[in-house]
Amino acid sequence: MVRFENVGLRYGLGAEILRDLTFQIPAHSFQFLTGPSGAGKTSLLRLLFLSLRPTRGLVTLFGRDVSLLSKDEMADLRKRIGIVLQDFRLLDHMTTYENVALPFRVMGRDEQSYRREVIDLLKWVGLGERMDALPPVLSGGEKQRAAIARAVISRPQLLLADEPTGSVDPTLGRRLLRLFIELNKAGTAVIIATHDITLMDQYDARRLVLHQGRLHIYE
Amino acid sequence: MNDLMNHGKENHGPPLVDLGRERPQVPVRARNLSPIVPRASIAGRALIAVVAIMTFLASITTGGVLLVSASAAEWQSEVASELTIQVRPAPGRDLESDVAGVTQALRAQAGIVEARPFSKEESAKLLEPWLGSGLSFDDLPVPRVIVARVQPGTVLDLPALRRRLAQIAPSTSVDDHRAWIERMRSMTNATVLAGLGILALVIIATIISVSFATRGAMAANRPIVEVLHFVGAGDRYIANRFLRHFLRLGLEGGVIGGGAAMLLFGFSESIANWFSGTPVGDQFAALLGTFSLRPIGYLALAGQAVAIAAITGWASRRTLFATLDEVD
Repeated sequence: MVRFENVGLRYGLGAEILRDLTFQIPAHSFQFLTGPSGAGKTSLLRLLFLSLRPTRGLVTLFGRDVSLLSKDEMADLRKRIGIVLQDFRLLDHMTTYENVALPFRVMGRDEQSYRREVIDLLKWVGLGERMDALPPVLSGGEKQRAAIARAVISRPQLLLADEPTGSVDPTLGRRLLRLFIELNKAGTAVIIATHDITLMDQYDARRLVLHQGRLHIYE
Repeated sequence: MNDLMNHGKENHGPPLVDLGRERPQVPVRARNLSPIVPRASIAGRALIAVVAIMTFLASITTGGVLLVSASAAEWQSEVASELTIQVRPAPGRDLESDVAGVTQALRAQAGIVEARPFSKEESAKLLEPWLGSGLSFDDLPVPRVIVARVQPGTVLDLPALRRRLAQIAPSTSVDDHRAWIERMRSMTNATVLAGLGILALVIIATIISVSFATRGAMAANRPIVEVLHFVGAGDRYIANRFLRHFLRLGLEGGVIGGGAAMLLFGFSESIANWFSGTPVGDQFAALLGTFSLRPIGYLALAGQAVAIAAITGWASRRTLFATLDEVD
């Protein structure tokens, strides 16, 4: 599903922050991406999400060389990827419901066809009562859950999550991890970038460890 | 609680989560009501004002050009259907019999429907503005004027007519006002060209203003553009979310500006009445008649307002795609 070969990344003329990354993310796989702060986890996620291009090496995503993709093709590929960012990126003028339904809206689907699904998922992540609330009045944890719900609602083939349990209590963290596991069982490849050792210890999965720009894989 | 996920391979498959008996009643309010790009985030009022002012200026220019063209065409057709024949007094000739002979010849000429000689008194009246009243013209060699009306659409053989009239009275000259009409035509053309120049400037200024406004709106809504990219929206989808706002703003501005100009032309007769009797008002009335446009003129103004709204949309779209290219 995802293949990196000798991939390097640098910002401007600075030093390489990711070096010689060679790895694969198979379909239906589950992995944690970890490493110290500043190791390049977010940059690697952005490479996977096509919002950065590598300065060298080859990245293939769903069998396509990303350096050859047009903008429209990139948009189509992004529809198959869900992403949860650390800063949530919710739209402040839209309700929680509308934020979570946004991927369907962009696909041009009729609201009746997904309304029940969005509401069920919001209830599942504990936001059933906050559907009509605007993000500025949500707590950090609520925003995080809304961002996760938006990333998983369209059942992406690849889910990227950057510290998805950073702002929630351990119980809710476990519940969200379970959501990711269930999503993975249903066929989605999941990459969770986290510092949270407790979270990683709850589920036996492949670990990708970034250290000083290089990647070490523990199967 | 049955919290197992039911994952379908297709997007339209079974639901992602099944809440079983805990399924909530669907709240009435949870709906997609908010526009993806909020209208308030776009500096709309300023842009409407700019488009309205531009449309108003463009409408006044177009209306003015239409008025001048219509009046000029009227003068031209009036003047072109007239000939002025001057019979000058010559030593040894009887002016009255020369005038009668020339009038006779003119009336006999095919294509001339009427020939009216000005009497001595009428000629004196024509000269009154220059020479004053109460003068005796008996001793002055005042030429006599004959006005002939030509059947509209008839082309007269002027050189032949001149020759024939010269045989009757050698001091006769025939003026068909061609030089005057030529000057009038070049003045009308210059007015139309100036109008087109102003229109071009107005349109360029509109495009530049709209481009700035679009860039501003895109910059203000950058987080929305990024989130839309995250959820897989293509440039066309994103551009269309903005474009509908700008088209609406353009239409509103066009309707306000074009409507104001139409009202101005519509009430021009009342406005002209306020100034009637003043030297300026009389000059304008003599030159342009009233300011009222013909129905086709109003149609042209309405079409122009729609065109400016379309230009607003086009300029915005161009800027949107250029900015989206820079975002990625």
